[in-house]
Amino acid sequence: MNEVSPGHTVRTAVIVNGEQVDLDHDARVTLLDFLRENQGLTGAKKGCNRGECGSCTVLVGGRRANACMVLLAGIDGAEVTTVEGLTVDGELHPMQRAFVDHDAFQCGFCTPGQIMSAVACVAEGHVGDDGEIREWMSGNICRCSAYPQITAAVATAAKEMRS
Amino acid sequence: MIPFTYERVGTVAEAVEHSTAPGSMLIAGGTEVVNWLRLGVHGPATLVDLKTVPGLADISLVGETVHIGPLVRLADVAAHPWVAQRFPVLRESIHLAASAQLRNLATIGGNPLQYTRCPYFRAEAETPCTKRRPGSGCAARHGITDNQAIFGWTDDCVAVQPSDPGTALAALDAVYVTRHADGGRRIAARELNTLPSQDAVAHNMLRPGEVITDIEITGTAPTSTYLKVRPRASYEFATVAVAVALEVDGDLVRRARIALGSVAMRPWRLDATERLLVGHRIGSAAAQRAIEAGFADAKPLPGNEYKITLARNAVARALRQAVTA
Repeated sequence: MNEVSPGHTVRTAVIVNGEQVDLDHDARVTLLDFLRENQGLTGAKKGCNRGECGSCTVLVGGRRANACMVLLAGIDGAEVTTVEGLTVDGELHPMQRAFVDHDAFQCGFCTPGQIMSAVACVAEGHVGDDGEIREWMSGNICRCSAYPQITAAVATAAKEMRS
Repeated sequence: MIPFTYERVGTVAEAVEHSTAPGSMLIAGGTEVVNWLRLGVHGPATLVDLKTVPGLADISLVGETVHIGPLVRLADVAAHPWVAQRFPVLRESIHLAASAQLRNLATIGGNPLQYTRCPYFRAEAETPCTKRRPGSGCAARHGITDNQAIFGWTDDCVAVQPSDPGTALAALDAVYVTRHADGGRRIAARELNTLPSQDAVAHNMLRPGEVITDIEITGTAPTSTYLKVRPRASYEFATVAVAVALEVDGDLVRRARIALGSVAMRPWRLDATERLLVGHRIGSAAAQRAIEAGFADAKPLPGNEYKITLARNAVARALRQAVTA
């Protein structure tokens, strides 16, 4: 087994899904590892762990970002929203509902990242037509290739979210 | 990743001072640095976070020069009205780079400092690569060369620099303004990255402790465009990219600036083509001869002769795209 040497700690404060978290942590910890291992928020997935697949997408300061490419120490004071923070009082977010309605997944591994990316895609206004949705959702890979259903779900949710 | 200490600095002077120390490294957006740490390309003792320095994430217009702070995120550079109106080539180069998520993280000062994507350089199990281990050779030279350089390579390194915004900035004659313990300097965008004939180990000419504090682009380039040719339609590095900025008089070229991306270890300006295009119409036989002149010093590797043809045709297409946009 590889030996992991202990690292230097740094203090960081973030707001995760509305809750203030203040902690001392190893400087090497990424936002993704913090969410999954420290906060127990396993919605964001560790797919490639190098910024290529998008399955770790969360919102940082309201903007979509690959959590695997963000050092926690680098976002002191930021607000983070994960897929767990989308649901209000047990009600699915319109984007989550649309993914269910359109059968926009098979294995589901990429789905939390797809949904977070899609929520941001709508907020950015990049949902003019299917081509625009596909281009601006290209940072999220789906190896089951549910792309047509994902595009349809985003387009449907966009209409609902904007009305 | 080996352990490192993390420092948040409050001023450029502090950033310079702290990142000059041996074993120190600057981090901005982090989309490259974090992967270097994972791959073991670097193992710094200290990371110095530039993001906590105020005043480096603004865009301003002074006279005829747009100043872009090095910490402005790529997405915000592309969205800015001055960039959209004055430099469509820069906006397009960003929209064709990486993904929406990464463009929210990556900074305009950091992106041109990304290292080559050469698979031998990035290999998890080390292969000979002088950029990875100085003097170890170049596995790519007699390996898979499909995506390697067609200009300016040597037996020590055949890699290419992939930055799309860096290529657009080179075509726009942008200037990187730096600060360093020895003072600072102004670096022409086309010269930021280093050819292997200058330094086969380096990726760019910045010294330890040298911080980009401003990116200047003077004038306007409304007739400009970016063409990226790549194996898939989105979210992929270029095989060949072309940044074009034209000034036209009717349908005659008055001034042309053309930079190729992913063909050399730095954005490659087609000086001869730029000179010979003046006074000619895009699409004319003279314009075609001008394009060909730009490739006189192109030199293929065993697996990438196609890139010369591809790049030549891409230049012709980008020129048409610029004048019809």
